[in-house]
Amino acid sequence: MALCSVCDADISLPKGTVQGELIECPECGSELEVVSTNPFVLDVAPQEEEDWGQ
Amino acid sequence: MKVGMLHSLIRKEEKYLIEEFSKHNDVELVMIDDRKLNFVLGRNEFDYDVLMERSINHSRALHALRIFESLGVKCVNSSEVATVCGDKLLTSIALQEAGIPQPEVRVAFTEESALAAIEEMGYPVVLKPAVGSWGRLITKVNDRDAAEAILEHKTVLGSYHHSIFYIQKYVEKDGRDIRSFVIGDECIAAIYRESEHWITNTARGAKAYNCPLTDEIRDLSLRAAKAVGGGIVAIDLFETADGISVNEVNYTMEFKNSITTTGVNIPEKMVNYVLSQARGNNE
Repeated sequence: MALCSVCDADISLPKGTVQGELIECPECGSELEVVSTNPFVLDVAPQEEEDWGQ
Repeated sequence: MKVGMLHSLIRKEEKYLIEEFSKHNDVELVMIDDRKLNFVLGRNEFDYDVLMERSINHSRALHALRIFESLGVKCVNSSEVATVCGDKLLTSIALQEAGIPQPEVRVAFTEESALAAIEEMGYPVVLKPAVGSWGRLITKVNDRDAAEAILEHKTVLGSYHHSIFYIQKYVEKDGRDIRSFVIGDECIAAIYRESEHWITNTARGAKAYNCPLTDEIRDLSLRAAKAVGGGIVAIDLFETADGISVNEVNYTMEFKNSITTTGVNIPEKMVNYVLSQARGNNE
């Protein structure tokens, strides 16, 4: 379990969750990054940057 | 075998790849977060048999790849491929040199010369940043008034690379384009990307559905991949009255919407290719 850093909702993270993974809070819909897996810590995901993606 | 995966955020694509690597008992996968890298040139040593590049940032990917290669690490894709594919102008030059059909492209370096180029091409045209993706800041220019305004805005508000004016003739594509996937010497699948908007990136809401591979799509995709240096790439194609032409080539391809759509296990094929490169063969 981890807390949403935006709305404090309890979020259950599945087995195999890795550091750096992007998830969406099921309560508030915020895009979050798993910044630590031991213990699980979530933070707001970085904003899209100019050279992102393909 | 030790495999490094260069990444930043872990998207669904990277999760699929991690899962595929985990099926190989002889593979030790090391995750390399580009946000935590701190290279000391000339002193770092890495013992990866191969490094798979999956960074979300082009600039980080490009420079990290070059450093890893300088230290003797085999990278998929190579920094050469990242250099060419990460810059639309360099991609267009590579396609041109290989005789591959693409929409008319003009390049200019000042507002005045860019406006002259646009007027010569005729409207509409598309202005694109040479570096960028997901359809960000690409602009369809329908008339001279819009051209003058956009060129001025790009010059005044943009960083320096927005003053390299990459101008592409607008292609009427009937609401869809094609993205094909090439791994090594094989074109493995393709999707249509359909949208009511003229920008058809799935990151911008376009719908994906399967595109059967024709000889023309397969051949053109393989030629385009070879032109930019090969490896694992995704090719954006336009269907035109004169046949298919190549729009762009992507070197850190996104594929989460294309696995069930095409029925092809894309991450499995990517992982097998990366491992074959580490083994020095072409399985």
